[in-house]
Amino acid sequence: MTTAVAAIDFELLGRIFPRVLVDGILLGFVYSLIALGYTMVYGVLEFINFAHSEIFMVGAFIGAEVLLILQAARVLAASPPLLSLLASVLAAGVIAGLLAVTIERVAYRPLRGAPRLVPLISAIGVSFFLQDLVRMIWALHRNAFYLTYPPIEVFNQRFPAGAYALWGGAAAVAIAAIGWLMRRAGRGVARARFESLSMLPKYTSIALGIVSVGLLILDPNRVLTVPVKSLVVIGASLLVLSVLVYVVNQTKLGMAIRAVAEDQATASLMGVNVNQIISVTFLIGGLMGGIAGALFGLQFGTVNPYSGFIPGLKAFTAAVLGGIGNIPGAMLGGLVLGVLEALAGSYLSLISGGAFGAEYKDIFAFSVLILILIFRPRGLLGEVVREKL
Amino acid sequence: MTILRVEGADVYYGNIHALKDVSLLVERGEIVTLIGSNGAGKTTTLRAISGLAHPRRGTIALEGKDITRTPAHRIATLGIAHVPEGRRVFGRLTVRENLEMGAYTRHDRDWIAADLDEVFAVFPRLKERIRQTAGTLSGGEQQMLAMGRALMARPQLLLLDEPSMGLAPLLVEQIFRSVTDINRAGTTVLLVEQNAYMALQVATRGYVLQTGSVVLSGPAESLLANEEVRKAYLGE
Repeated sequence: MTTAVAAIDFELLGRIFPRVLVDGILLGFVYSLIALGYTMVYGVLEFINFAHSEIFMVGAFIGAEVLLILQAARVLAASPPLLSLLASVLAAGVIAGLLAVTIERVAYRPLRGAPRLVPLISAIGVSFFLQDLVRMIWALHRNAFYLTYPPIEVFNQRFPAGAYALWGGAAAVAIAAIGWLMRRAGRGVARARFESLSMLPKYTSIALGIVSVGLLILDPNRVLTVPVKSLVVIGASLLVLSVLVYVVNQTKLGMAIRAVAEDQATASLMGVNVNQIISVTFLIGGLMGGIAGALFGLQFGTVNPYSGFIPGLKAFTAAVLGGIGNIPGAMLGGLVLGVLEALAGSYLSLISGGAFGAEYKDIFAFSVLILILIFRPRGLLGEVVREKL
Repeated sequence: MTILRVEGADVYYGNIHALKDVSLLVERGEIVTLIGSNGAGKTTTLRAISGLAHPRRGTIALEGKDITRTPAHRIATLGIAHVPEGRRVFGRLTVRENLEMGAYTRHDRDWIAADLDEVFAVFPRLKERIRQTAGTLSGGEQQMLAMGRALMARPQLLLLDEPSMGLAPLLVEQIFRSVTDINRAGTTVLLVEQNAYMALQVATRGYVLQTGSVVLSGPAESLLANEEVRKAYLGE
C-alpha cells in the first residue's frame, strides 16, 4: 500500500470512512464552539479578539485541573463520569468566560475610540501574557509545563454505533411523531416561544435520522464502533450550540445582542446598555471557548500553554469561512474545516500512495479555504445587508 | 406645563461647533418643529436631547429633571423615544423583533401585546410584514416601523428626525397624518424637518435653526407667514 505504484485500496477507503467522518465532526464541533467566540465579538465590535485562542487554552487547563483535583481526592473513579465531566466543563467555561469579560474591560474597552490596529495589538499582547501567566501558575503549582487529562474509564470504551443504527432510526421516527403532536396541540396557542420549543424534536429527529441512515449505508455490516469519549464530546458540543442558538434567536438578551451587532447607537436609543451587552457577548464567547478547551483536552489528552494557538487559528479561519459575524456561518465553517481536515489526514497518504503524509492535512484544508474565499469572499453564509435610503 | 427645556446648549463634534447656545422649550401636548437647512444643527439638537451627544455647556431638562449628562440608554427609560435620521431600523431583525426592541425597557409583557395591536392600528402595513426582516421593507414601511418602534416605548416625548426623507409625496402625507394622530393620542412631538411647509402645517410652534443657532421662533402660523422663512425655507 505504501509503494508508490500501489493501486488505491478503495475497499479500505470506504471501510474507514465512517470513523474519519466521526473524527471530522468532532473536531468540527470544537472549532465551531471556538469560532462562535470570534464571530460574536466581531459581530458587536468589528474586532478580532486574538486572545480568544488563549481563553480556549485556559479553559483546557481549568478542565484538566478540575479532573486532576477530583482524581487526587479519589472521587474521580467513584463518581459518575458524566458528573465529573460536567464539573470540569462547567468550571472551564465559567472561568474562561469571566476571563474574557475581564480582558475586554482591561485591555479593549479603554481603546474603544482608538484606530483599529491598536486593540488588535493589545489582543496579541494579552495572548502572550496569558500564555506565560498559565505557564508560570502551573509551573509553581504542579511543577509542570503541560497537563495530562486523567483517564475516565468509561470514556475510553467503544460504543457499537453500527449495531444501534436501526434503533436510532426508530427513535428518530418516534421523536418526529412527538414533535408533530406537539405542534398540533400548540396550534391554537401559537405563541412564538412554544413554536421554538417544538423545533427541538424536529431537529433532533432530523439529526438522528441522518445519522441512522448514514450508518445503515456506510456500515452495512453494522460493525462500526465509536469511542464513547467522541460521542460525549459531540453530544456536549451539540447541547451547547443548541442553547446558544436558542438564546440568540429566542430571548430578549439574544435580540439585544443582535441589535447591538447591527447598530450600537440605535440600540442605545431603545434603552439597551451597549457596554453591558458587549460584556455579555464576551462572557458567552469565553464560556463556549472554555468549554471547547475542556472538551478538546478530554479528547486529545494533553494541553500546554501554547496549545491554543493552532486550534484558535483554525477556528478563526472557520469563522471567516462561514462569514465573519454570522453565527450559523461559524458553526458551518467549523464543521466544514473539521471534516476536511479529518478527510485529508486519513486519505491524503492512502490516495497519494504515501507521497503526502497526514502532516499535509492543514495544507489541504487551508487550500480549500483559500479557494472558497476566492470565489466567495464573504464566506459561505456571509451576507451583505443592503441599506435602503 | 414644560416637558422639555434646553438652555444654552453648546455641542461640539471634535473641533466643529455644531450647536451654539441653543435654547428651546417644549410644552406637554405640543408638536414643536425644528426647521432649517442641511447642517443647521437640527439632528444634533435631537441627538443631544436623547443622549447620543452631550453638550459641553448648557443644560437639558426633562420635566425639570436634569438629563444633560445622562447616557442614551438611561434617557430611553425616562420617556423619550427618538426616531433617528435615516430610520435606522434593525435590518436583520424581523418587524416584530424591531417593535419588541422598542419596548426593550418595559417588563409588562401583556401590555406590550396590546401596544403591538395599537401600532398595527396606526400602521396596518406593518402587520402584514410582521415576520419579514426589516431590511426587506420599502423606505416608507421602514419609516412606519421606526415610528412604531418608538411608540412601543410608550414615550411622553417623541423625537422625529426627518420622517419624510426620501418618501413619495403620498407617503409623506400619510406619515404627517400619523404624526398628528400620535400627538392627539397624547404624545408630545418634537419634529425635525427639511420639508418646512409640511412641518409648520402640523406643528403648534417652530424654531428656525441656522448654522447651529436659533435665529427665529414662534407659533407655526406666524412662521408660515414670516417673510424670511418663506424666502429661505418655503422656496418662495
